Amino acid sequence: MGDGPRSGRLSMVATTTARPTVPLVAPSGGARSHQGWRATPWLFLLVPVALLVTFTYVPVANMVWYSFTDWDGLDPVMNPVGLANYARIFGDPAYFQVFLVSLYYLAGAAVQLVLALYFATVLSFNTRFRNVFKGLIFFPYLINGVAIGLVFLYFFRPGGTLDALLALVGVDAPVQWLGDPSVINVSLAATSVWRFMGLNFVLFLGAIQSIPTELYEAAELDGATSWHKFRYIILPGIKKIVGLSAILAVSGSLSVFEIPYIMTGGANGSATFVIQTVQAAFTHHNFGLASAMGVVLLAIVLVITWIQRRFVPDEKVDLT
Amino acid sequence: MRALLGPVGIVLKYASLFVASAVAVLPLVVIGMAAFKPTQEFATSAPLSPPESWAYLGNFVTAFTRGGMLQGFVNTSIILVVSLVGTVIIGTMAAYALDRFDFRGKKPVVALFLIATLVPAVTTQVATFQIINSLGLFNTRGAAIVLFMGTDIVSIYIFWQFMQSIPRSLDEAAMLDGANRLSIFARIIFPLLKPAIATVVIIKGIAIYNEFYIPFLYMPKQELAVISTSLFRFQGPFGAQWEVIAAGTVLVIVPTLAAFLFLQRFIYSGLTQGATK
Repeated sequence: MGDGPRSGRLSMVATTTARPTVPLVAPSGGARSHQGWRATPWLFLLVPVALLVTFTYVPVANMVWYSFTDWDGLDPVMNPVGLANYARIFGDPAYFQVFLVSLYYLAGAAVQLVLALYFATVLSFNTRFRNVFKGLIFFPYLINGVAIGLVFLYFFRPGGTLDALLALVGVDAPVQWLGDPSVINVSLAATSVWRFMGLNFVLFLGAIQSIPTELYEAAELDGATSWHKFRYIILPGIKKIVGLSAILAVSGSLSVFEIPYIMTGGANGSATFVIQTVQAAFTHHNFGLASAMGVVLLAIVLVITWIQRRFVPDEKVDLT
Repeated sequence: MRALLGPVGIVLKYASLFVASAVAVLPLVVIGMAAFKPTQEFATSAPLSPPESWAYLGNFVTAFTRGGMLQGFVNTSIILVVSLVGTVIIGTMAAYALDRFDFRGKKPVVALFLIATLVPAVTTQVATFQIINSLGLFNTRGAAIVLFMGTDIVSIYIFWQFMQSIPRSLDEAAMLDGANRLSIFARIIFPLLKPAIATVVIIKGIAIYNEFYIPFLYMPKQELAVISTSLFRFQGPFGAQWEVIAAGTVLVIVPTLAAFLFLQRFIYSGLTQGATK
């Protein structure tokens, strides 16, 4: 460790917090001596931790508290109402119905993962124009959500792109894609698949490409078929990212907001859990109820994540 | 690597790739064509037919001026730059503290960051709203800026992972030369983090450009509209004018397309790093 020149700089740092001197080298030496002044790491962490606490932990705590009150978001008075808000979410069919809407997105997510896995596998082998295909399939993921909403409003509107395409093959527009409550969630979930499939695809492709090529060569020598290679080399190699994507897809389909909100505002039975939460808070000024909904959603997401951690042992999470 | 499939398989493979590409591109091409059609032509032509002339730019002018998109681009740019600078400074500082120091209380701090990744921001907005409000940030650009800076744990991980590959002997050599921790961070570590900073700037930049929920909820004031919210408002005044809405949509997508074409490699690797955090 240095001594002479270092003392000047260190005391400069120290005086800013009105501490005259700081032991230069910890008396015991060893690891401590590398650390310099003990408060230094906290100076670096002050702002990040303050932001983290203010915008993640305080909201969670407040939300739990509000959820047991009838607060309207403005009134200084909050009356405790016990579990009434929770009872309403699970008892009132109008609130419970939104969970059924997320089943459409869940089904969409399953389709999305299968498609992503298929295209990632296909493109991991020699393919002409590979990068062009990769770019085209991936690009929708980067587009602004409002732009996507408008693109698909135009796509699905009566006499729009989809109806024109169907007319090309001689089919009359069978339904109003966004007007018919029995179809609307299928249309919206399909839009969501269009938007997010590219991300899963690129993640899977990256994972497949990190599998060493010798494995395939060895398998070929042993006479493996394409299916064998997929089943015994590719699938085990990407198990982790597929598992992670599946879990994210489940919590994602519960917290769908942008696509249906932008395209329909939640009309015609397309309201999702988050749309309903936003409306409860900001349209009906029922912050207590909205908070309870937030708590329920958070609890579901935490349970799903816990299940994932439980069943997909994650070797890489240790960052310390 | 040798091809895996027989001739039938190869035909099917390319067929599926062409279909997927068409599905990805067609909705965008169609809206692009609509953007170039004058009102009269739009009303009479079929959605799948290209415009008579690609030189008519009236819809873009209308979208840009009357649709308030200029203001949207200005607001988005301001928020983008400030939040990105903040995220990089805060994220690299946090990563430096967590990677290069052993101190009492480190474990709880790491746990604090780890657990926070489990809380989806969308679930807590109702309560976050009250905090933004009580800080006096409602209806200011500051609301979006602090939220973009304060809730980005993925960036911290990307910096942290990258920092682990920077040898500690560099820090120690600088310490021998009398550098203090702050100057080691500023003069040695920070410049070496450039690749990670580029990744975070690109990935986070795209996310901020696309963000709808936060500006919509916290900055409803007309003059504060960003790209997303100003385009969202097109649905009202231009309700029936699809050609103008189409032009606005194209204007929003073009910068993304340009960014993608120039930065493909960084975007792919950045997303992979962020996901496997």
